[in-house]
Amino acid sequence: MHIPDKISKWIRAKNWTLHEHQIRMFKSSECSSQLLIAPTGSGKTLAGFLPTIADLYLNPSQKLHTLYISPLKALASDIKRNLETPIEELELKISVEDRTGDTKQSIKKKQRVIPPNILLTTPESLALLMSYPEAPSIFSSLKRIIVDEIHAITESKRGDQLFLAISNIRKYCLDAKIIGLSATVNDPSLIAGWLAPTNDCDIILSDPGLVPEISILATSEPPPWAGAGGLYSIPEIITEIETHKTTLIFHNTRAQAEIFFHNLWLANSKNLPIAIHHGSLDKEQRNHVETAMVRGELRAVVCTGSLDLGIDWGSVDLVIQIGAPRQVKRLIQRIGRANHSHSGASKGLIVPANRLEVLECFMALDAIYENKLDSELQTQIPLDVICQHLLLVACAGPFMPLDIFNEIRTIEKYKNFNREDFDQCLDFCISGGYALKKYNQWHRLIQTSNGAVKLRDPRIANRLRMNAGTIQDSDTLKVRYKSKRGKSKGSTIGEVEEAFAVSLTPGDTFLIGGKIVKFESLREMVVEVSPRPEKKPKIAVFSGTKFSTSTLLCDRILRTLEEKRWDNLPEYLCRWLEHQASFSELPQSNSVLIETFPRNKLNYTCVYGFAGRNAQQTLGLLLTKRMEELGLNPVGFVANDYTTLVWGLTKVVEPKKLLQGENILRGLDLWLSNNAVMKRTFRAVATVAGLIERNLPGVKKSGRQATFSSDILYDTLLKYDPNHLLLKATKIEAMQGLVDFGRIENMLEKTKNHITHVDLKRPSPFSAPLLLEAGRIPIHGSAIELMLDSEINSLISDAGLEY
Amino acid sequence: MNSYDFYLSGEKLSALSSGGLYWSDKKILCVSDLHFGKTHRLNRTGAGALPPYENIDTLKRLQADICATNPSCVICLGDSFDDRIAEQSFNNAETHLLKILQKDRDWIWISGNHDPYPSLQFGESISSFSKSPITFRHIALKGEIGEISGHYHPKISINLSNAQITRACFIADQKRVIMPAYGTYTGGLSVRSDEIKVLFENDATVMLTGNKIRTVPYSSCF
Repeated sequence: MHIPDKISKWIRAKNWTLHEHQIRMFKSSECSSQLLIAPTGSGKTLAGFLPTIADLYLNPSQKLHTLYISPLKALASDIKRNLETPIEELELKISVEDRTGDTKQSIKKKQRVIPPNILLTTPESLALLMSYPEAPSIFSSLKRIIVDEIHAITESKRGDQLFLAISNIRKYCLDAKIIGLSATVNDPSLIAGWLAPTNDCDIILSDPGLVPEISILATSEPPPWAGAGGLYSIPEIITEIETHKTTLIFHNTRAQAEIFFHNLWLANSKNLPIAIHHGSLDKEQRNHVETAMVRGELRAVVCTGSLDLGIDWGSVDLVIQIGAPRQVKRLIQRIGRANHSHSGASKGLIVPANRLEVLECFMALDAIYENKLDSELQTQIPLDVICQHLLLVACAGPFMPLDIFNEIRTIEKYKNFNREDFDQCLDFCISGGYALKKYNQWHRLIQTSNGAVKLRDPRIANRLRMNAGTIQDSDTLKVRYKSKRGKSKGSTIGEVEEAFAVSLTPGDTFLIGGKIVKFESLREMVVEVSPRPEKKPKIAVFSGTKFSTSTLLCDRILRTLEEKRWDNLPEYLCRWLEHQASFSELPQSNSVLIETFPRNKLNYTCVYGFAGRNAQQTLGLLLTKRMEELGLNPVGFVANDYTTLVWGLTKVVEPKKLLQGENILRGLDLWLSNNAVMKRTFRAVATVAGLIERNLPGVKKSGRQATFSSDILYDTLLKYDPNHLLLKATKIEAMQGLVDFGRIENMLEKTKNHITHVDLKRPSPFSAPLLLEAGRIPIHGSAIELMLDSEINSLISDAGLEY
Repeated sequence: MNSYDFYLSGEKLSALSSGGLYWSDKKILCVSDLHFGKTHRLNRTGAGALPPYENIDTLKRLQADICATNPSCVICLGDSFDDRIAEQSFNNAETHLLKILQKDRDWIWISGNHDPYPSLQFGESISSFSKSPITFRHIALKGEIGEISGHYHPKISINLSNAQITRACFIADQKRVIMPAYGTYTGGLSVRSDEIKVLFENDATVMLTGNKIRTVPYSSCF
């Protein structure tokens, strides 16, 4: 197959030359599956769509030809804009439409009857489309399935959701080709495995392009001892913004982005047009920023991962990363935003948020020059996603379980998925899967005499569809201005996490969308606020996605500390490291450093495991379990990527006892099962699997009808049905996500005989940042009862009462 | 079993840490808002497939309180059954356990807004019950004196430095007591809410349930 003349002429007229990888993608477009690995800004999208346009030019059709799936809604509408130009200029009769959570119901309905030639969608919307009885007629004509940013999709449950949906629709279009477009990854064959059985996928690697020019921003003031957000660098950042056309400033969390933007704005004496963009902002506001950006009206945008992926941002010529990048590949992708459409090297600056991060930033630079990428892969099968898939399949019509089971096993990751697990998922969908069988008449699905499974009542299909999706957003609340008349009809500003919302008392102020607002009330799942420009804000805690620092980076940091190889590091950093070395000790790669110190009536224990945030969090669970056993009254803990800080009422005299001993992992199951982390995970799993509903058509949760907490469901399941599917799914998820067991075991292995304990009078230079870290986890053990008593005593004495 | 003694119309009452109330002088154990059959109702509407373990869990906790106090009379203060057909949600073991608990003692079902009809299998229900000087009913009546009621599922949240603790609770002043919901799957209404506030004087006391009963002055909740 070669490119039709009309199209090549048009490309020449545009003064474009096709890249080598674009030509190769076209030439091998007859292969049943292709994977293109190319850096950001190398024309991946064109490479994916060129065969579609050529085919539709030669063989016009009225039916669905190409399905394009991207992880971001914004990306789908961006691609739509980009496709419209060639289609118009070539005068082709090709219809392109997007279908995402933002698409109007009436349009979605029309698309089910008359699908466009090219449908641009997201994993969630595809799963929903699959659940309609029209699915066979929609997908029967499908020729090409393009999965964009596949490296990002396959990092989470959304990958499972997407490929389950694809496995289901492929029976209607057995010949459809599947194409994956990916940013640079270190092992392309792992991603290829999602697309086709091993070795069946044509992997095309593009020229990696020029090595990006990345450096660490030089500031007059060194990074602070502790904290996050990089506010100290604002003067230098303003200078950078002034000397570049458009600058993107990436933050790791939304809260940091908000605080940074607020301060940047205060320092913006020249009134440069700058804006903020992150996933918690209202859609309108995001659109506004995106449009202004495309028009080149903005000089800088403060953003988070919501802009990580390939939206075409026009004239960005500088990317600044605030805070340590956590993963080398993420840093490369972010920096790749600069010079997206040009062939020059992209230019990036890193701003470490605090001194320990400086080290990580230097290590990341070294890794980039040595071309080392990190990889951490999800291999577990998420049973909750299977349950959701089965429920959605049932919405489309009756199915034979064996057919769906075989379909699922066509996905490489699921090839060893066993029938027992499948049957348990099916049983959950049918009856709830409880050991105690009852309420037969109220099952969601029923099995007919020939073995087919269908909905008991077709009317619940809508309800099931509304609950689909694997991204947890149920624990965020909308923030809205309260109108003058006291009704909350004001405009929506964004969202905050529920845990943050309930911690507010009327009068508290916080930052959202770059504005300071005052909390008025919490009503019907809406946080009502009023504008309050003058007050100093209490900080908004939206955690966003937190990534663990990769093993690669952690190892490099430890090695540097151990070998004291810091000649090329800035002087302030060296001084800090020396200070830590003289005040306490430096962590070593062959032993684990533990510091203990008192502060504010609590006793702290700090363990330097360098195992990444998730593993350090697990370590927190382990340590508090041991402390509870030893009667040391643990109160809570917090972890960052390098360290776990535990506090309790009693001083830990022999921290070795916490980590050593034959059976440190024994009984962890039981401890974990009662832990806040597990309950949080359960809530997510139960929502995905459809046990807990997220939004019901026309039903408002309010007042006393408010659902009882999912913790109660978790507790009764654990008590009466400990082998229930959802507990199993929770454990699988917690073990790999939050708990990161492999890395914790490696660390424990290392500590067998090598623990260095330093007892201090106050926090060390390294442990200080932990005292300010967000995301503290309370331990509901004996200490909480003691604290409750003391809090109640002070309540009583504060009230001037005697009891 | 942990309890806290207080007086209502001169009678000594014990708030149990489990959420039950014991009137030792008359050997009466009172519990409120059991909501048997709640999953049965929710699952029937297609809401999902919630774990059907609230009946057995509630019954087992009730059994523990009955064993500890050995009352001659049990009063269920209304909303004992989540809806008209909640009885159907009982399996044999649960029916058996409830019948054993009812054996050899008086058992009074007071009707609530969820169960306004007389019950069948487990006995008749009445709208209120008086044992001088105290009256038991589901929803508090303004102006009453010596009244024990339920309905509101009061709960209280207390901020500790590292966590927020929420517990179901009793509230009592000189005139009345409002009891916490006893059923396993029950949400709650904050003691700060207006509905509860209008019923109490400033000198009311909040008693937290949990593994140990704790008291807080109502005035300190605001």
